[in-house]
Amino acid sequence: MKFESQSVAKPYFIFALALFTGQILFGLIMGLQYIIGDFLFPYLPFNVARMVHTNLLIVWLLFGFMGASYYLVPEEAGVELHSPRLARIMFWVFAAAGVATILGYLLVPYAELARLTHNELLPTMGREFLEQPTITKIGIVVVALAFIYNIGMTVLKGRKTVINMVLITGLIGLAVFFLFSFYNPENLVLDKFFWWWVVHLWVEGVWELILGAILAFVLIKVTGVDREVIEKWLYVIIAMALISGLIGMGHHYYWIGPGEYWLWLGSIFSAIEPIPFFMMVMFAFRMVRQRRHQHGNQIATLWALGTAVMAFLGAGVWGFIHTLAPVNYYTHGSQITAAHGHLAFFGAYAMVVMCIISYAMPIMRGRLQGNSPQAQKLETFAFWAMCISMLGITLALTVAGAWQVALQRLPEVGALSFMNTQDKLIPIFWVRELFGVVFFLGLVAYLASFFVGGVKVADRQQQESTEKAAEAVCCGSCN
Amino acid sequence: MAEMFTKGMARNIYYGGGVFFFLLLVGLTFDTLRELPQRDHRENITESVARGKALWEENNCIGCHSLMGEGAYFAPELANVFDRYGQGSEENFHQFMQAWMAMQPMPTEGRRKMPQFHLSQQQVADLTDFLIWTSRVNDNDWPPNREG
Repeated sequence: MKFESQSVAKPYFIFALALFTGQILFGLIMGLQYIIGDFLFPYLPFNVARMVHTNLLIVWLLFGFMGASYYLVPEEAGVELHSPRLARIMFWVFAAAGVATILGYLLVPYAELARLTHNELLPTMGREFLEQPTITKIGIVVVALAFIYNIGMTVLKGRKTVINMVLITGLIGLAVFFLFSFYNPENLVLDKFFWWWVVHLWVEGVWELILGAILAFVLIKVTGVDREVIEKWLYVIIAMALISGLIGMGHHYYWIGPGEYWLWLGSIFSAIEPIPFFMMVMFAFRMVRQRRHQHGNQIATLWALGTAVMAFLGAGVWGFIHTLAPVNYYTHGSQITAAHGHLAFFGAYAMVVMCIISYAMPIMRGRLQGNSPQAQKLETFAFWAMCISMLGITLALTVAGAWQVALQRLPEVGALSFMNTQDKLIPIFWVRELFGVVFFLGLVAYLASFFVGGVKVADRQQQESTEKAAEAVCCGSCN
Repeated sequence: MAEMFTKGMARNIYYGGGVFFFLLLVGLTFDTLRELPQRDHRENITESVARGKALWEENNCIGCHSLMGEGAYFAPELANVFDRYGQGSEENFHQFMQAWMAMQPMPTEGRRKMPQFHLSQQQVADLTDFLIWTSRVNDNDWPPNREG
């Protein structure tokens, strides 16, 4: 760790992983509710479980992004964080607001929560992913502003590297587009139209800048490849992400009211959306192949490669299979959508957060060259368990979706009803749940890897690196 | 990447492309906002429809159902529920909705259950009006059939 203040990232990462664990537990409950419809009813209706599942996801990713920023921005800028104290205060504010909101979902009926928090004064609740009470949304804005102020001042004081500039652009975009969550007109079509300005412009827009910046940072660190090369790749990737993704928003406008030209615009531009993800795969593998040194933290490198591959599969390939308007006409809002959602969020965002955690946590714990080989071995097992089981979940949901389309959507006469179709899909939902359990075991192994001791790689490599120092090539990370 | 292609060029594509396509998005948004009144029939958004939307939100209906294909996929699509159960008559659909909402949760064991929301008759009527209005939005003829 180059700067003392980078360590404020630690509680952010730890709390993110705690919320992640909660997210998966609720996912397992919902998976079971897909099979046994009245499981835990009426104590935990599906809608509550889902709200907890998706909101925990969003919040833990935000914690992850914040932790990543607090860790990497000072190092990139070459100065201490503007105010570590503000970062620590905001951690507790955000954690308290997050926990209170989740408890609100679980302990009182949603309508009661809306009444208690005076949703009628500024109605923003009850829309997918934006279920938080208005007061929580205001809290999120306050935390985001304090966070961006802190990060922004740090960037301004120090070196304005490409990674820092791209990251701060992404973070500012995240905050700005969240403001659309306060716009909730009586007209459902307008509501939906601008709802996507939060949801799409986050996950297929500014979050990709954050993803790119974090990935580039880790790749510079673990490969030692020249910063100039990595920055060029970063620019091209995020350029393609914005060029395809901004108008690609059209794929959400097919069936919710906007006019017919969105069918064309959405299809054409979202057909380009896999390209930046494909380039990310080429980028990650090429940088690792051209690495100038062998970093002791090999699992962090694996996470970086894995993020690129799984993001390409989830966001790129699984996005593409249902994005063209003539296909989407039949698959919209089916289990195909769920398949894409799971692999894309895991591959792109969950994995990049675990990637930076895997790189930064050992350093914050004084293990400069990564955890012990035993710990890395367990983490590698967890990596594969989670990746493979998430692919299993995705494939199961894809089969479920295709079957659903065949039974319920395609037939012009004699189509099965939604509920009857769901009954037919139960065997596949069992497969999904089984993979879900494997995913959970992978997560447990991942968490356990933090507690595995053993000989530090650092001790072994310290000696080697001193010997090699004379002939060492510049790793590029210090300029 | 070839040496010819410099970091400066990549940066320019990023800034230029990002700004250009964002402005294009803003332009298309204005065009869509101009066109929408003919497609969403906002003149038919009565106070009852507006109250119905608020009820839809405050009971988190989207947490199980989908509406125009968006939401959860645990319970049926409702943007066309009027087409499915209304038999073309608003009055029939109102009767259906009153009965349907009153009988939840249904006692079938193992079946997915909708909670009892304890809505008043007026509230069910508002919700119904909201769903009827929604079913008449021009959504490019989605869903493919009445099953949603």
